[in-house]
Amino acid sequence: MTGRAGIALVMILAAAAPAPPGASSCSGCHGAGAPIAGHDAKEMTESLIAYRSGARPSTVMGRIAKGFSEPELDAIAAWWAARK
Amino acid sequence: MIRRRHVLTCGLALPFVAKAQAAAKVVVVGGGFGGATAARFLHRNGVGVTLLEPNDTFVACPFSNAVISGERSLDAQRFGYAAVRAEGVTVVHAAAISVDAIGKTVTASDGTKLPYDRLILSPGIDIIWGGLEGYDEAAAARMPHAWKAGEQTLLLRRQLEAMPDGGLVVMSVPPNPYRCPPGPYERASLIAWYLKTHKPRSKILVLDAKDVFSKQKLFQNAWQQLYPGLLEWVSLSDGGKVVRVDPATLTFETEFGSHKADVGIVVPPQRAGAIAATAGVADRSGWCPIDPVTLESRLVPGIHVLGDAAIAGAMPKSAFAANAQAKVCADAVSALLRGDKPQDPRLINTCYSVAAPDYGFSVAGVYRPVNGVLTDIEGAGGISPLDAPDTQRVQEARYGDRWFQTITAEVFG
Repeated sequence: MTGRAGIALVMILAAAAPAPPGASSCSGCHGAGAPIAGHDAKEMTESLIAYRSGARPSTVMGRIAKGFSEPELDAIAAWWAARK
Repeated sequence: MIRRRHVLTCGLALPFVAKAQAAAKVVVVGGGFGGATAARFLHRNGVGVTLLEPNDTFVACPFSNAVISGERSLDAQRFGYAAVRAEGVTVVHAAAISVDAIGKTVTASDGTKLPYDRLILSPGIDIIWGGLEGYDEAAAARMPHAWKAGEQTLLLRRQLEAMPDGGLVVMSVPPNPYRCPPGPYERASLIAWYLKTHKPRSKILVLDAKDVFSKQKLFQNAWQQLYPGLLEWVSLSDGGKVVRVDPATLTFETEFGSHKADVGIVVPPQRAGAIAATAGVADRSGWCPIDPVTLESRLVPGIHVLGDAAIAGAMPKSAFAANAQAKVCADAVSALLRGDKPQDPRLINTCYSVAAPDYGFSVAGVYRPVNGVLTDIEGAGGISPLDAPDTQRVQEARYGDRWFQTITAEVFG
């Protein structure tokens, strides 16, 4: 990629922060808007951790949350919280 | 075959000027759950995208078993590309007929040549006609596969409606891999539901080339509870493997005997959509080996493959998986185009099935690259509990409905 167009493209691409590992899959069930987009990050992390331990009962979320560490869940929640 | 000649004639002069002036360009082939998602997410990342898809309307396979059993209209399965186009993706309704991986162009069935910096193939499946002896394209008009939703789905529905009470439905199921691993068993269940409620003296016989299948215990428990004597599954070990069909007499032949059906269904052997072989990205299995981080072909650089066509390790050939892979692929391709290193991804799959309209269950998985293969993260995923109360089966059936609405809104809405 060379020239001005290349630089412009790099700027456009850099503007969109890529989703942290796993986060882009969420919208397959939840959609890209509410309730997960813009939801409070801390509350989302707490829910995911509770799903993972079984403290909060679920059908499928517990099985999915078990695939992620706490820092990974934190990053996913923070990214979705920053979405509109 | 990959055309190499172009690079000699126009590879030196023209593209250098053209590419320096234009933004990075990605061509996506196939407008299903994988391709349409990839196109939209690339566009949102600021990449110029052209989506090549021959059909004006996409007909979704998930939930099409409920069209066969009569609870759902095929119209509920149809989706157009207006929203994809409105977002800014260039949608061209033509098929990809060849790929020049050196000159980096795709030739479409309308004759246009589309240049690309990276190419994404999401072509779904093709049926291997003759892969099961006796089962060719003409046979499918007598013994529907309905494994690509549309006319075939309606044909099977009409045949079931026309069948008199007391009839025998026979369905053959191929060995792995094929699109939608639990699909045949959901179909058998919903046909059994239809027979039980409308033609209770009838029966469905499932002849399987496998001994184990997706969500097996959940399905078998449901069958025992809901359809005793009405649905019979014959495993490979019990002689279930069909070796030949005769469409004229609707007969299924196994190594041990033959079964004459009133309605005959063949879930046929499959491979990646034809363009995969044409582009050189399919291996001898007929499917496409990929890098698990970027979904780039192991065989041809610059071409990425996702969805049912890909060999995605532990990930099944499902709409959810195609959608999840597409989003990872879009971010990886965007990173590669700006010269960054794509991140190590995690992918999720969730797949709902129903054994009856109010009897749903799911399988889920979380995957990451391990030694070059998308691998199940241990301790995560798995199937719905076998001892779940009826209320949870109802709940999961409704979650499945909502999943379909949500994912089709993300891809086409």
